[in-house]
Amino acid sequence: MEWANQLCENRQFGSKMTDSKYFTTTKKGEIFELKAELNSDKKEKKKEAVKKVIASMTVGKDVSALFPDVVNCMQTDNLELKKLVYLYLMNYAKSQPDMAIMAVNTFVKDCEDPNPLIRALAVRTMGCIRVDKITEYLCEPLRKCLKDEDPYVRKTAAVCVAKLHDINAQLVEDQGFLDTLKDLISDSNPMVVANAVAALSEIAESHPNSNLLDLNPQSINKLLTALNECTEWGQIFILDCLANYTPRDDRESQSICERVTPRLSHANSAVVLSAVKVLMKFMEMLPKDLDYYGTLLKKLAPPLVTLLSAEPELQYVALRNINLIVQKRPEILKHEMKVFFVKYNDPIYVKLEKLDIMIRLASQANIAQVLAELKEYATEVDVDFVRKAVRAIGRCAIKVEQSAERCVSTLLDLIQTKVNYVVQEAIVVIKDIFRKYPNKYESVIATLCENLDSLDEPEARAAMIWIVGEYAERIDNADELLESFLEGFHDESTQVQLQLLTAIVKLFLKKPTETQELVQQVLSLATQDSDNPDLRDRGYIYWRLLSTDPVAAKEVVLAEKPLISEETDLIEPTLLEELICHIGTLASVYHKPPSAFVEGSRGVMHKRLPARTGSGEGTESPDVGNVAGGSAPEAAPSIIPSQGDLLGDLLNLDLAPPTTTGPPPPTSGMQMGGMDLLGGGLDSLLGGDIGGSPAMGAGFGAAPAVMPASLNAPVGGGLGDLFDLGGGVGMPMGAYIPPKTVWLPAMKAKGLEISGTFARRAGVIQMELVLTNKAMSVMTDFAIQFNRNSFGLAPAGPLQVLTPLGPNQTIEVSLPLSTVGPVMKMDPLNNLQVAVKNNIDVFYFSCQYPISMLFVEDGKMERQVFLATWKDIPNDNESQFQIQDCHLNSDAASNKLQGSNIFTIAKRTVEGQDMLYMAIKLSNGIWVLAELKMQAGNPNYTISLKCRAPEVSQCVFQCYEAVLKN
Amino acid sequence: MIGGLFIYNHKGEVLISRVYRDDIGRNAVDAFRVNVIHARQQVRSPVTNIARTSFFHVKRSNIWLAAVTKQNVNAAMVFEFLYKMCDVMASYFGKISEENIKNNFVLIYELLDEILDFGYPQNSETGALKTFITQQGIKGQFQTKEEQSQITSQVTGQIGWRREGIKYRRNELFLDVLESVNLLMSPQGQVLSAHVSGRVVMKSYLSGMPECKFGMNDKIVIDKAGKGGVTNEAGKSDLGGGGSTSGKQSIAIDDCTFNQCVRLSKFDSERSISFIPPDGDYELMRYRTTKDIILPFRVIPLVREVGRTKLEVKVVIKSNFKPSLLAQKIEVRIPTPLNTSGVQVICMKGKAKYKASENAIVWKIKRMAGMKESQISAEIELLPTNDKKKWARPPISMNFEVPFAPSGLKVRYLKVFESKLNYSDHDVVKWVRYIGRSGIYETRC
Repeated sequence: MEWANQLCENRQFGSKMTDSKYFTTTKKGEIFELKAELNSDKKEKKKEAVKKVIASMTVGKDVSALFPDVVNCMQTDNLELKKLVYLYLMNYAKSQPDMAIMAVNTFVKDCEDPNPLIRALAVRTMGCIRVDKITEYLCEPLRKCLKDEDPYVRKTAAVCVAKLHDINAQLVEDQGFLDTLKDLISDSNPMVVANAVAALSEIAESHPNSNLLDLNPQSINKLLTALNECTEWGQIFILDCLANYTPRDDRESQSICERVTPRLSHANSAVVLSAVKVLMKFMEMLPKDLDYYGTLLKKLAPPLVTLLSAEPELQYVALRNINLIVQKRPEILKHEMKVFFVKYNDPIYVKLEKLDIMIRLASQANIAQVLAELKEYATEVDVDFVRKAVRAIGRCAIKVEQSAERCVSTLLDLIQTKVNYVVQEAIVVIKDIFRKYPNKYESVIATLCENLDSLDEPEARAAMIWIVGEYAERIDNADELLESFLEGFHDESTQVQLQLLTAIVKLFLKKPTETQELVQQVLSLATQDSDNPDLRDRGYIYWRLLSTDPVAAKEVVLAEKPLISEETDLIEPTLLEELICHIGTLASVYHKPPSAFVEGSRGVMHKRLPARTGSGEGTESPDVGNVAGGSAPEAAPSIIPSQGDLLGDLLNLDLAPPTTTGPPPPTSGMQMGGMDLLGGGLDSLLGGDIGGSPAMGAGFGAAPAVMPASLNAPVGGGLGDLFDLGGGVGMPMGAYIPPKTVWLPAMKAKGLEISGTFARRAGVIQMELVLTNKAMSVMTDFAIQFNRNSFGLAPAGPLQVLTPLGPNQTIEVSLPLSTVGPVMKMDPLNNLQVAVKNNIDVFYFSCQYPISMLFVEDGKMERQVFLATWKDIPNDNESQFQIQDCHLNSDAASNKLQGSNIFTIAKRTVEGQDMLYMAIKLSNGIWVLAELKMQAGNPNYTISLKCRAPEVSQCVFQCYEAVLKN
Repeated sequence: MIGGLFIYNHKGEVLISRVYRDDIGRNAVDAFRVNVIHARQQVRSPVTNIARTSFFHVKRSNIWLAAVTKQNVNAAMVFEFLYKMCDVMASYFGKISEENIKNNFVLIYELLDEILDFGYPQNSETGALKTFITQQGIKGQFQTKEEQSQITSQVTGQIGWRREGIKYRRNELFLDVLESVNLLMSPQGQVLSAHVSGRVVMKSYLSGMPECKFGMNDKIVIDKAGKGGVTNEAGKSDLGGGGSTSGKQSIAIDDCTFNQCVRLSKFDSERSISFIPPDGDYELMRYRTTKDIILPFRVIPLVREVGRTKLEVKVVIKSNFKPSLLAQKIEVRIPTPLNTSGVQVICMKGKAKYKASENAIVWKIKRMAGMKESQISAEIELLPTNDKKKWARPPISMNFEVPFAPSGLKVRYLKVFESKLNYSDHDVVKWVRYIGRSGIYETRC
């Protein structure tokens, strides 16, 4: 019987699905037919008719005309039929609100049914009917169901509260459902707990400031208990909720971690990833010298690797997350390179992600293997994959210096294959290698030039042109090569045009005699025949530069280029922190904060990692960027002056001193055929270009450092505003610590090599030394002493090298310093002369410390005091500096500076120009006041420093520059 | 959370469409069809964002399952749910095909209503679901009150995967250790990467609510036992006779994951695997090992390009296990260039054939004992082409099945305790089997 029904139904269903022509011609008749069947007396016929209606609904036909007839079928004791009718109701109730009311009675009655399955079904369905009138009737049944004796009904009711909240939030609050929901967190049934947690988390998301979840150690304990007992899905809800909690101290953090780690062995990858999220977040709070910290790090690697044997879609999610984890904590997976090797049959999305992670994990230790793999990949079929593999070889060269030579020769081999896109990709990366290792690999230029004709992609053409321009003096026929490009100038893309312009100007500056004609040609092409404002502006700038002062032009255009960074594609740290808090979710797959793809209020709340709040002593571990002065970085300083009178004062202040700020005065009068229009603007443009262009001109400037990765690099575009937001949240970053430099080479100290840096951590100045024994014998008995210096720096304790330093051993020591030693003015001011003794001899060296080490934590100043002090210091004591090529917005800059105890006292914006007023207090009580001017879009900042002891200004400026650029 | 779930056939016609959230409109169904199913190029990601709506999809044969959302959902959970959905459907009506989905669309809607509420996955254990959702419609009308509350307590309970009151006349347990051994080898015979991913798959037909304890030769457990002086539970083992080749006592497991019935906290603290098993088939655990793997076969390739129109290929395979054991279903797949015009093959054993449609020479051997070797040589004629791109030389891959666990894993014990019913561990009939299969077993050439 059942079999026969199905058969008949299939035929109908099947024919409707596939034969749309038949369907359209009989539409009217069919609806009519169905209507008759729905009103039939025979139960079986009714049921079949409802099934047909649902089938039509599925394929997108409008069967809403049948609403009253279908609802009439609702009053049935056949559960299957009831469910089908409910399904229909959920779909069409919204479009027929008045008729939907007809269903209410049945719902209310069903909520009282003795069968728990029917009670739950009713409450579940009612929540899905988004009709205001019905919601009102829902309240009473829902209240009963929340306290139902059956856990199945309670767990369904818990979710229903979230549904109702989505329809009418106010109603839920007024009816007190939130409190009932909170009570369910203590329910005896784990599934009820899990659903209540899910519902509350969702509701809390749309009330960012409410304390809805009210997580405290007691409730956390309940959740952790339920975690062991509920379904895999419930475990995910609970873990995701736990991740929003911030433990009070490291002990609580550790105990939660201990109870979460068993989840890492769960078969469900989502449980594993959510557990990883909790652990990654709470680990932040653990002291790094703790044994448990190391254990935890070790425990994280195997489950992450195991995720790679899951189905490909999950592998993809896992890899996107591993990409974040590797950036945050590279130590976890540093030995697991091999598992990221690409398999021939991996889907392309898995291959591309694996490749990304391979590059991140590449190090001197495994580079040979990695390169062998990459070379293999470069011969595969998928074009995107091959390109990425070629790029990866270039990135390896830049990242691991020892491998550069091998990488270059691999790239040359690949160029020999003459496969068009491989050649182009290789040329783009070789350009980066040239920049990273100047004067090392230029011998390959000849090979590159052979392939000039085959380049048809703008990026590759631009890269090749850059190479020709940059090395014009070594390429005999550089002028011919560039001239050949010039023929089709107007057909080129902007990127190529800009590059060609710059390259020819470079060529001219290098070989002025032969190329005058060429340069004139390109300048006129750029300025007169082009509609592109960027190109025109750059053309004019070069033109004026060349015509006014060729020497200056040479300095500008052929200036030394800043080094490019080793790690490319890194996610900006604040975003990375936020994404770590979103492990496992879509945000971690997109590598974008939720606000970038979620509409409305949900997910706008930015999550961040907790700060280390250790229990007491300041033995900080060398981790940059997490800890700001020991205290929790909750209170972001309000940097926008609110009082009107203060604003007025600041305005006055700005006007009083004659030449405080503003663009530098024009160096020479420029006459160029009544170009008055451009006059003022050009000066600042010029200023802008000095920063960008010596490298390679604005359009090109960003290219080498940032490889276009599909989702990562949030440069410009729609994401820009998000980043403003991210910066604006105001998390002070850690103090700037300069990279370690070698102070005492081994040759000068009988095999002892000392390198180091200075850091200020939690108010303590520390000298961080790395001692390496490059001699054959053991070194012992280390001691250290300072000469008198400008700020009275002296070791606050003995040098703690407890064990003898064996040959080829390296030890890192951190020496706390005080500022109460004897004082003597040094030149330069921040010079420090040091003597180190060991069992072999005494050695002397001198080093310079960044003066920011001396900026104390209580350097904040009242605005009024600031104003008074500023006025009080004579104008002669003011000095002005330029910081070039810095791309931070004012909020980000302010945050960054605050990490180094440079405090923003006020900020104001005049005509798109941001002015930050800042105060610094040195350890010896000297105050330095600063005004930082930044203009949107201009990477050059002007800084004015005022101080009663103007000698320090130079050093302070250097600190600004160092902090802002790092 | 999940806003909606759609199932499409290969043409992109909707077979099932269930919307859970108000923010998902009807147009979402079409957006996915147009942008993903009908898209020209290959799928570049299993997650697609179209107009601020995210689509997660998996494919089973030619059926597409897509979950849709507008929120920042737990992505891993969505995929896990989609796989689970496939499992549930398969256990109800077998293969996931257009035909079966159409035949069971009412059932699928019922399931979707039960296992996903407002987009939140609920209990999706088939054992529990089958107690009240069946292909013959919903049970429930004629149930007694006790039956109803038994269903609800099982669906929401701690042991959602097993119902009370199961009875068998004969208590039986089947345990399969299924391993797939993966290898990537360089042409010179250097192991680039190798690992075993294994599964312990069980079939249990046990009465009542038995408590089980499973033990294997896990290095950590053995070492601990050795130190503590509590020795040789292994010696007593009545299950260890799987016939592995090496005399290795214990194996180092890199990582393992467990079915949700296993008490994870107990594993974390004592490393013991204890559980109340689901009834019938289930996967108890998965594990991965990378150390001391027995590679059952070694492939030695030799490819020589003779001029521009001829290739000579010689491949030797060597079996590396006890001579008394037999490997089965051996298949070696040697890729050939796209411009192959003809192939001559000579092999010592089995059958070899050039399959033009697959661009490969497929060499099949039914059985091969341990410590033997065999060889194939082929001459490949090529059509001259002016394609500059070199042939990528895909790796030679291999398939096989061997009757031992390449990781060296051995089952030490599997004990069953059921205190309420009167049967003991000795009354349970237990069967253990070891099968090693090739995973991705490739040698570059």
